[in-house]
Amino acid sequence: MSSPQTPINGPLRPLSPHLQIWKWSMNMALSIFHRASGIALSVGTLMLVWMLVAAAGGSESYQGFHDFAVSWFGQLCLFGWTGALFFHICSGVRHLIMDTGRMITIPAAEKAGMVIFIVSIALTLGTWGCLKFFY
Amino acid sequence: MAQKWEATPFKGDIARARGLGSTHAGVHHWMHQKLTALANIPLVLWAVWSVVSLAAVGADHASIQGFFAQPAHAILMLLFLASVFYHMALGLQVVIEDYVHCEKTKPLFLMGMKLGCAALFVAAAYSVLKLSMAVVVVPAVVVAQP
Repeated sequence: MSSPQTPINGPLRPLSPHLQIWKWSMNMALSIFHRASGIALSVGTLMLVWMLVAAAGGSESYQGFHDFAVSWFGQLCLFGWTGALFFHICSGVRHLIMDTGRMITIPAAEKAGMVIFIVSIALTLGTWGCLKFFY
Repeated sequence: MAQKWEATPFKGDIARARGLGSTHAGVHHWMHQKLTALANIPLVLWAVWSVVSLAAVGADHASIQGFFAQPAHAILMLLFLASVFYHMALGLQVVIEDYVHCEKTKPLFLMGMKLGCAALFVAAAYSVLKLSMAVVVVPAVVVAQP
């Protein structure tokens, strides 16, 4: 018979429930989306580096990047990147405010979260509106 | 703590305790993340505005070259790259520290990530410098030798 593993340090303690067990709350959503958008932006820098390296390589190598950037998939990547960027900036400003000891209560997180989601969506759509209007 | 000099009276209690916390240098990391976050706000907004204005004129190769030919644009872009890639390395470091629990592979992930960030930064910064200092190549006139 195998018995449950007994930790060396003491009695068997309950494991912390994982992400899908918890009811979603605003501060949890903000925290998860902040990290997820940060990781997405890190991946997105590959496209920025590609653009710069391709442009430095001359007009022919740049054309390869340009073709991708204007394709539907490239546009989708750029749109997602813009959204992640504005969310990360807005959420990051909240973090900077919280670092000063302000807005650290649950009701403040609920309010700030709504503002962050609305402003970041508005900035994303506004940027792409400008882009498509002038292009 | 096994070193002999740790027991000498030349180091005080605080000096010996310093750096022995779980992350060894938390405040330094936190402060740099916050400083780069502050710097990123204007730099990123400038970069987005620049990309939108470049896209508005078609974003062809000549317009990209013309953009970086302006020293202010090249300097701002280099500042943007430095701040963004440093901020990114600090952020990814925390992600790796949170999710990689194997003490043997964790340093490998951290080193690989930091080297990768450094490589991306150098590639991007070199490209900006090359674009900004590009000399328009005029076809050389071939002089016939007698």
